[in-house]
Amino acid sequence: MKISRSELWGGRALLLGLMTITILPFISIFMTALHPSGTVPGGLEWPADPQWGNFVKAFNVAEMPALLISSTFIVLAVVPVSLAISTMAGFAIGHLRIPGSRLLLFLFVFGLTLPFGGIIVPLYYLERDMGIYNTRLAIVLPLIGLYMPFAVFWMRAHFVNMPTEISEAARVDGATIWGLFWRIHLPLARAPITSLGILMSVWTWNQFLIALVLVEDPAERTMAGALGAFQGHYATDVPLLCAGTILIVLPTLVLFVLFQRQIIAALLQGSVKG
Amino acid sequence: MTSDNRPASLAFPRWISFSKVVHRETIIGWLFVLPALLMYAVFVLLPFLLSIQYSFYRWNGIGPMTWVGLHNYETVLEVPNLLGTISNAFRLVVYFSFIPVTLGLVVASVMTRVATGRLGAVARTVLFLPQVIPLVAAGIIWGWLLALPGLINQILKAVGLGSFTRAWLGDFDWALPAVGFIGIWVLLGFCTVLLWTGMTRLDPALYESARIDGAGWLTEFGKITVPLLRHEIGVCLTVTVIAALAAFDIVYVSTAGGPGNATAVPGIQIYILAFTQQRIGLASALAVMLMALVLVVVIPIQRLSRESTQ
Repeated sequence: MKISRSELWGGRALLLGLMTITILPFISIFMTALHPSGTVPGGLEWPADPQWGNFVKAFNVAEMPALLISSTFIVLAVVPVSLAISTMAGFAIGHLRIPGSRLLLFLFVFGLTLPFGGIIVPLYYLERDMGIYNTRLAIVLPLIGLYMPFAVFWMRAHFVNMPTEISEAARVDGATIWGLFWRIHLPLARAPITSLGILMSVWTWNQFLIALVLVEDPAERTMAGALGAFQGHYATDVPLLCAGTILIVLPTLVLFVLFQRQIIAALLQGSVKG
Repeated sequence: MTSDNRPASLAFPRWISFSKVVHRETIIGWLFVLPALLMYAVFVLLPFLLSIQYSFYRWNGIGPMTWVGLHNYETVLEVPNLLGTISNAFRLVVYFSFIPVTLGLVVASVMTRVATGRLGAVARTVLFLPQVIPLVAAGIIWGWLLALPGLINQILKAVGLGSFTRAWLGDFDWALPAVGFIGIWVLLGFCTVLLWTGMTRLDPALYESARIDGAGWLTEFGKITVPLLRHEIGVCLTVTVIAALAAFDIVYVSTAGGPGNATAVPGIQIYILAFTQQRIGLASALAVMLMALVLVVVIPIQRLSRESTQ
């Protein structure tokens, strides 16, 4: 490909410019976080006396250990269950093609465009009646339900493309449906299950609205839900707010840098399939 | 299978046992779907139906419910502050959807031409970063950057545009574009990387023959890239339009709908109506309208982008 010098440098300048716009906000809040607590510094100023202690202070006032445990608990409760039940449903709809599978698929696809905000109000009253409001289950159970449209759709897309010959051979050898699923198809579905697991973990970690409405105690929420409460308390103390935000964002950023390929691939595939 | 070794004269019972096997497999198949269906039905479909039900009542969440028919819907359409949330949502679509998709197409195309190596890979990772942090964090970060002493005003002063400085998120005219800008920051990388993935699959021979015919970048872009990426563009539009119409997190932490109602979107208004004003019926009517709106906008996009692939 022949490309003119002006296009080459113009294009590179555009990319560098956009990268700067993406990174600069992170640098700005990092520098702000190092200013003395309670002051209002400029946007991009290295402090005369960096207050590294702000991170310790934010770590303590945001109850980070409790938050990390709470978020991890919620992810560990939501993701494996969602993976298990959506894989089984995707298998039955996409591969066994049970009677009614077209209707089932339609039912699940209908949920794909449903905004969380549209059902949050009845969910609140439903959970009060069920007695799970204000517990971690209040976040866990609806999230599993809300992930089903996408997760079932995703797993069905995998199973629908598996050749039926594999199953027929196994059936001739006398495998039961459960054996067919457990010993033959589950090992073959490792890749789409892993991507789906990554996706749902990120979504759960970052979930805000459900946590905000259904759990009052920030220490029982997800990371993102707790961040909202933290902002409410420390809106006026900008350096501390910035330090807290960095601490809460840090785990996802570290995970992203470590697993960027898988995460990007999963998020992209997720949207293409959806 | 078990009946294969029976004598042929017993054909009738054999048929029965075959149907029993089929029946049993159907039941087992449905048992596989049942847990997913149950969770979905209880925590999504049931609240969805309840939303519709509540929308026909006046209810404060505690006392008795009063049937009011379509009154709540009429209220949404008559009260400027409520109807305004829907027009605000559509204004957000420009920022969350059109700009990231258009700019993403340009950036992705630039990447495939001038940054095929390391620079492109680094740029994709960096641009994707905002997509993995919670939207709440994006809202808080930009809430500070767009504040009076924040970075944006500092830059404006540095380049001699000091008269332009303002508290962007507190300004009646500028709050919505400012919230929209946060959306661009979050969604641009997602669109760019998705469209770039699509472009790498296109046949380079197409471009070569176009170039032999003397086609410039713009012709190439309009005649080859965009038509062949219809599916990817459709996906980007769908995801970003839903993000705009159903926006909540970013708006809640950066402006909470203010100043006045300048950035109030349906998600925020539903939250306020239901949980601070205890007007459950009205909140539900707006919620039903929001869900219908998303469907009405998304279905045509899906239709258009699927046509080309068939």
